[in-house]
Amino acid sequence: MATVSVRQYHRGGFSFENCKRNALLEADINKLGFSSPAARKTGTTICGVVYKDGVVLGADTRATEGMVVADKNCSKIHYISPNVYCCGAGTAADTEMTTQIISSNLELHSLSTGRLPRVATANRMLKQMLFRYQGYIGAALVLGGVDSTGPQLYSIYPHGSTDKLPYVTMGSGSLAAMAVFEDRYKPNMEEEEAKRLVRDAIAAGIFNDLGSGSNIDLCVITKGKVDYLRPHDVANKKGVREDKINGRPETGNYRYKHGTTGVLTKAVTPLNLEVVEESVQTMDTS
Amino acid sequence: MLQLCLTVHTFFNLAVITFFYFSRKSASFYTSIMAVEFEGGVVIGADSRTTTGAYIANRVTDKLTPIHERIFCCRSGSAADTQAIADAVTYQLGFHSIELDEAPLVQTAASLFREMCYRYREELMAGIIVAGWDPRRGGQVYTVPVGGMMTRQPVSVGGSGSSYIYGYVDSNYRAGMSKEECLKFTAEALTLAMERDGSSGGVVRLAVVSEQGVERQVILGNQLPKFSTV
Repeated sequence: MATVSVRQYHRGGFSFENCKRNALLEADINKLGFSSPAARKTGTTICGVVYKDGVVLGADTRATEGMVVADKNCSKIHYISPNVYCCGAGTAADTEMTTQIISSNLELHSLSTGRLPRVATANRMLKQMLFRYQGYIGAALVLGGVDSTGPQLYSIYPHGSTDKLPYVTMGSGSLAAMAVFEDRYKPNMEEEEAKRLVRDAIAAGIFNDLGSGSNIDLCVITKGKVDYLRPHDVANKKGVREDKINGRPETGNYRYKHGTTGVLTKAVTPLNLEVVEESVQTMDTS
Repeated sequence: MLQLCLTVHTFFNLAVITFFYFSRKSASFYTSIMAVEFEGGVVIGADSRTTTGAYIANRVTDKLTPIHERIFCCRSGSAADTQAIADAVTYQLGFHSIELDEAPLVQTAASLFREMCYRYREELMAGIIVAGWDPRRGGQVYTVPVGGMMTRQPVSVGGSGSSYIYGYVDSNYRAGMSKEECLKFTAEALTLAMERDGSSGGVVRLAVVSEQGVERQVILGNQLPKFSTV
């Protein structure tokens, strides 16, 4: 009945007593004209597909803080266990910590059972934790892996509901990615075809959703092997600035030739200073 | 954050529907579910749509969840709440059945659902129909709507799509229908509900639970019964 786990959920942890107070404060702050700081969200496109031999997970790499890109190359595919990986959308801190907690508990569980952990176990642990926090942990996850029962893919919503499906997308770019999946998904695809499909789905999210961007990360999980391809595709290469004066590419060179600025007048004023006190303190280098 | 608090406070006020940016909405089954008793078992059916706001998160959901070998539940309301309740009741019923060393009663399963739905009625949004077969009383249907009431009915409909088919069900239900008649009745009622309710759709999932076991079937979108094309 009790699972072997390190964390004690009843002491410490999150306390949501201040939520009502924060809501009132936020309303007051907005009246005064200021805005409260925004949590860093991953505003994301993540997706996964089950193919013939396993599972392909994909994610973009942009993390946003309001309307500003906070991280141009963040990693959204998190390790859960050697055969199970999890993509996370929503609040970056929530997805990071939730996946780490479950990864830790799953390792203890796996040592206790003496078996490779199952994807369904990770799914149960995640959904029960998210349901306990009633949606306040803003983590929308795509969980995929291969275990003794075969390849499996789950989508997990912040309130704790899960769906077991052959292809899933999550995040702000999920509609764009789902459009690609609905058009081209076939059961029992080959690995290259599946990778291309996931790459195209994430690309659709990157180019059509403002919250997603930068590169495409892929994670191919098969029985006994995991390929973590980061980056799989650099969809948005940073350009190189050209120095038009010299005609050769320079990255922000602000050195100008002597004589670019004309000198009109020159006035030299000597400053006579008196030495008042001079002391030398040797540095302690031993 | 403010919007998230608003969700919690107005969540149970079904008359006020607040729309948010897609990623903040929870997944729900505003759905169509149905269960009918017949001599020797029950027929249960559901649509297959899960929505987060206006987006269909899963168009092939299975809302007919096995609680025990011959006891099923049809889930409507919040996806997270009903999944969590169903998991908890599955565990409790399995434990009880092992203690008893015999198959559990459908009424026991329904009571377990009622206990949980009533105790946590303020926090939950779950409308559940419990249906199954046991050796003592045969096929039974119990409905546990939002709020935590429990009552046995020969035929029960639930979910947002049920409002549109009360008239059809009341006029077309006859006591003593056979298994095939019940299947046809359920499929047609759910099709009508899915036709009119925006939150219901996809495929029709049916299951027959009887002494022989469980038979499941799926009626795809293009195979649904057709009514007038007005």
